[in-house]
Amino acid sequence: MDLEPLISRTKLGAAGETGSWRNYRPVVKRELCNVCKTCLSYCPEGVINEMIEIDYRFCKGCGICKEICKQKAIEMVPE
Amino acid sequence: MILPGNTSCQGCPISLAMRCLDEIENPVLVIPAGCSTVVAGLHPNSAMKIPVIHVPFASTNAVACGLKEAYKRLGVEANVIAWMGDGAADIGFATLSASAARRDDIITVVVDNEAYMNTGTQASLSTFWKAKTTTSPLGKGDEKRDLALIMIAHRADYVATATVGYVEDLRRKFRRAGELKGFRFIHIHCPCPPGWRFPSEKTIEIARKAVASGAWALFEYYNGKLRFSGVGKRYVDKGNRISLADYLRSQGRFEHLSDEDINELENAIEKEWEIIRKFSND
Amino acid sequence: MQGDLQTKGHRDGTRVRVLLTSNEAIAEAVRIAEPEVIAAYPITPQSPIVERLAEMIASGDLRASFVRVESEHSAMAVIHGAATAGARVFTATSSHGLAYMYEMCWWIAGSRLPAVMAVATRSIGAPWNIHGDHTDIVLLRDTGWIIGMAETAQEAFDMTLQAFFVSEEVNIPFAVGIDAFTMSHTAEVVEIWNPKIPERRQAYRVLPTDRFAVNAVTMGKARMKARYDLAVDLENSAKIIEKSDAEFGNHGGLVEKYRLDDADYVVVMMGGWCGDAKDAIDVLRGEGYKIGLLRLRFLRPFPKKAVKELSGEVLVVDKGNSDIRGVLGIEVSSCGIEAKNVVAGIGGVDVGVEDFCRIFKNFVEGRIELEWYL
Repeated sequence: MDLEPLISRTKLGAAGETGSWRNYRPVVKRELCNVCKTCLSYCPEGVINEMIEIDYRFCKGCGICKEICKQKAIEMVPE
Repeated sequence: MILPGNTSCQGCPISLAMRCLDEIENPVLVIPAGCSTVVAGLHPNSAMKIPVIHVPFASTNAVACGLKEAYKRLGVEANVIAWMGDGAADIGFATLSASAARRDDIITVVVDNEAYMNTGTQASLSTFWKAKTTTSPLGKGDEKRDLALIMIAHRADYVATATVGYVEDLRRKFRRAGELKGFRFIHIHCPCPPGWRFPSEKTIEIARKAVASGAWALFEYYNGKLRFSGVGKRYVDKGNRISLADYLRSQGRFEHLSDEDINELENAIEKEWEIIRKFSND
Repeated sequence: MQGDLQTKGHRDGTRVRVLLTSNEAIAEAVRIAEPEVIAAYPITPQSPIVERLAEMIASGDLRASFVRVESEHSAMAVIHGAATAGARVFTATSSHGLAYMYEMCWWIAGSRLPAVMAVATRSIGAPWNIHGDHTDIVLLRDTGWIIGMAETAQEAFDMTLQAFFVSEEVNIPFAVGIDAFTMSHTAEVVEIWNPKIPERRQAYRVLPTDRFAVNAVTMGKARMKARYDLAVDLENSAKIIEKSDAEFGNHGGLVEKYRLDDADYVVVMMGGWCGDAKDAIDVLRGEGYKIGLLRLRFLRPFPKKAVKELSGEVLVVDKGNSDIRGVLGIEVSSCGIEAKNVVAGIGGVDVGVEDFCRIFKNFVEGRIELEWYL
């Protein structure tokens, strides 16, 4: 039997490049960032890596990273 | 455990909780209807790096039980996780209760955003007292049900409350649940930006305010004892809490509340704490 | 008796004749099929099936997990989960239980999971009634399940074993129907044997190492295709049922033809009361009437070919109705047959040989169009 209608395969960007949803872009101010990685832990989308680089293909611009950052090292810039 | 570029809303607490699932070995996820259904991916794609079995609402714990029974018989190591919202916990309450009473060897996770969000924010049994939803436009008049305490009353092997406001604590609880055997239940507080009407960047702040105001208690129950956990220990003492108004006033769903209403809610929360303290050995 | 079966019975391939109710016959067949997971919620008149299975497990005769659930919805959900993991599964229900698990019946069929369920058919309320009719099992018509209806305890035994084989061959769940009390609680001589069905097979199963989701939200043609594939495979299951009939008791495949060859008048029915109908046909044959019976052994896949081949006048006698018409009456009419229709026996109202003689004579003499035999 054809299983395809029942089975959905794991895919990065299952909903496409969700970066297009963004109104504001989080930008890391390197001079303030101490790489505590709190933003990485709390990013709902999981688009921040160990180097605190943001994957803008998928970042939806929720702004949680900006709010959680004690160093105030992330600012939200209008797209 | 969830890949970027999924369908979750901006600031979604469920997506964040799903990320923390990597603390659990050999997971198999059973998801009933709800936001998680959509977040986990629409056909032909899955946003999850782990196997997901989508099921109807009320069946979740029973399907999970069947999977685990079969895996045991077939010699497959697995942590079967019944992952549901508060809606599925409502409609599947009998199923959940039976699963707990049988001590099914599974993990049950309720990501509780305090309303039926996927159908457009209708009131659930978990909806906070007096909260506005589309089916309680004047504020919910009914009681708020406490699932975690009910699970303790089933003498479950592990019961924990957690919040997306403190992911280290949440991860530790996932890890512990994954290492234990028997019926394990984790109730996660999930502030929802569109449903509770606050800006998407405030999810964590509001989740933390819920804990700091005493509106959400953080505890774990195992070996027959309830212990307050993580930062939640600090707020067992009412003197350390922020005002409830601070938590409520940050959400659109409470914009209609008078100061009198908020006093009433403070009393409701105090009553809740009295019950929790009765279970506690701390 | 259990001990006897164990020592000299089916396991070495020999056949043993024992006195069993249809409930017990089904339990024996399930024991021989060796499912890994059984889940059930009791309901009259099905309960003795799962009670017997629970005893077999307790005594070590059957190595299966028995999950005690709080509802039929969960019974079907547990076997849905177990089947997804790759286990052979069984449940049983009746009446309100089937209605309560209805949602999950759609899901297990839509998920293409092999599973076997016994349905001791019983009236659905309101008002309350624990006796037999077919109003419950016909509920399954649109779900995609294979639906069989046995006439005797022997057939219930054989069909249950065939159900495991066919279901796992075509990846479609299989319901085995027996009538309440007149079969479920009535003992007959049954020959117990082991047709040795193959190990569990299924189109897919889900393991922790997999990286895919099953039954995600599916829109557009893919969803429609899943439903189409199920309909086509259900249709094609007829071939597997016919082909394997000889291995499972030689009951005739989708239908049994009784004194049909030269019949000018044909009665179409299903279930245990066909035994009484056959006696009535014998009586009428003795009186010179050229009448025969087409017994539907399956409601799904519907035996369209056998029905379309009928010649002469046709009467359908139903134990379940949709509107004023009987359900089988509607099904037979859909094959282009202009059938007369009688609805009888709802809620266990007794219909015996004399009643059938009366009904059949009225039919032959042209006095029936559509009527309820009250």
